[in-house]
Amino acid sequence: MSKKITVFTGHYGSGKTEIAVNFALAEAAKGKKTVICDMDVVNPYFRTKDAQKRLEKAGVRLICPEFANSNVDLPSLPGEINAAFDGDYDSAILDLGGDDDGAIAVGQYHARIQKFDHEMLVVANLKRPLTESKQEIIDMVRSIESASRLKATALINNTNISYETTTEILLENAQELEDAAQELGIPVRFYTGVRDVVANLPGELKDKAFELSLNLTPDWL
Amino acid sequence: MSDKVLMKGNEALAEAAIRANCRFFFGYPITPQTELAAYMAKKMPKAGGLFMQAESEVAAINMVYGAAGAGARVMTSSSSPGISLKSEGISYIAGADLPCLVVNIVRGGPGLGGIQPAQSDYFQATKGGGHGDYHMVVLAPASIQEIVDLTGEAFDIADRYRTPVMIMGDGMLGQMMEPVTFENVGKGASDLPEKTWATDGTHMKRKKNIINSLYLQPEDLEKLVLEREQRYQVIKEKEVRYEASMIDDAEYVFVAYGTTARIVKNAIKTLRAEGYKVGLIRPITLFPFPEKILAETAKRVKGMLCVEMSTGQMVYDVRLAANGACPVEFFGRTGGVVPVPDEIIASFKKMVGGDK
Repeated sequence: MSKKITVFTGHYGSGKTEIAVNFALAEAAKGKKTVICDMDVVNPYFRTKDAQKRLEKAGVRLICPEFANSNVDLPSLPGEINAAFDGDYDSAILDLGGDDDGAIAVGQYHARIQKFDHEMLVVANLKRPLTESKQEIIDMVRSIESASRLKATALINNTNISYETTTEILLENAQELEDAAQELGIPVRFYTGVRDVVANLPGELKDKAFELSLNLTPDWL
Repeated sequence: MSDKVLMKGNEALAEAAIRANCRFFFGYPITPQTELAAYMAKKMPKAGGLFMQAESEVAAINMVYGAAGAGARVMTSSSSPGISLKSEGISYIAGADLPCLVVNIVRGGPGLGGIQPAQSDYFQATKGGGHGDYHMVVLAPASIQEIVDLTGEAFDIADRYRTPVMIMGDGMLGQMMEPVTFENVGKGASDLPEKTWATDGTHMKRKKNIINSLYLQPEDLEKLVLEREQRYQVIKEKEVRYEASMIDDAEYVFVAYGTTARIVKNAIKTLRAEGYKVGLIRPITLFPFPEKILAETAKRVKGMLCVEMSTGQMVYDVRLAANGACPVEFFGRTGGVVPVPDEIIASFKKMVGGDK
């Protein structure tokens, strides 16, 4: 099996990390040797590392900055990230920080990423201010492409308002995202949500449903 | 259609402030508060307002002082070490009787401390911070929606009593995301006093106004301080806010605010299921402190357990309010560690003498 690299990016707070973690678990469940890299140099809260136990239990290797959850407010990436490219993984997942600010971190690896079969998925939540319209989404995608020096290959519709999300909310402004995707010349790959939300997706979207388990939400919420 | 959006506490506070007609923001970035300033930088100019990243926290609070003196709806935000730097300016603003909003998204301390959530700035917020006989009204939301609703109220309270108001959240509230609506945020209450004292130009129609906190004659200064103290008494009468949950039949009552109160609610759910009659009093205003409900409750319960993300600060006010009517115990985690329901339950059981 040749290696596939999947980059997750998007507006901060769009749900990138939760989706990346779920994607990694799904890859591992398919029997793929999987590694996930936390490349968020922006936000010290709600990190890939919060899902460390689940990832490790599923056999996913987690590479994260030394400072993650260590109270050191220092944006740096570990050399260990090279293992994602050099190691014999079937699936390497790169979870970036939010916006173009977070996407800058992956720019230095763009030449190496392009040597592999790769995808860059941009996560959008249309219930988040600043990514509510077609134009805002296009602007976000273009600024991330410029910072990361990679082309977006698909969008992900992760429209949600946390624990009050319904299927209707996921679909409410879906046309804005579909229109943005069309203008960008790329597909909307997934419609994401917890089980109850994606279970009720209409037939034509069923094959785009991607069910999420929540790994980053503290259990007292 | 849902009019709710998903926002981080920091962003939601910024959006609520703009909707409440705040048009001036002066600040300096610091984790875990930075999204507030970043959101302001993007949105405030579109609302016709001013966002300025000052050269330091000291500069920012003095810009707030100036804008408030000129009668503007103005705010600043920071996290713990930044609030220490701003404390001198806050004292001046209180001494000049000016309204403004100061936001503290608290992180672990002292010193530079850490960047994870804490509640260890309670003393600083409620007992001074800066020097002199003064108080700030301190509001402590426990959800993103409450952050939004209290932001509008905070500006009104500031204008009504000519006082700085603080919204104090912890890093968790700043960073976590919840659905919010802004339908309750007004542009300012209709009965707010006019700002006749503002230095916004005499237009040759009135005597000049002076914004000042220096009074060298002790009698003059005492008169002003006592006048301000009377306003604090009115604030204590009229502005106390709290949430009481399941206290009617309670034998024991938890006291907690902010994020910690939500964790305690989870502990209470478990304890209730096990047959313990427990409730929660959640102060929403830390100053004025909800003394009355605590005093009344203390007289009929077997004990209170105060839970904080600190080594014990609010617990002093709880003990003063209880005034010996019942034992008041404390459980806390600090340094940025967020307590989990299980350890709160264990602490409660230790207090009541073991399992049922």
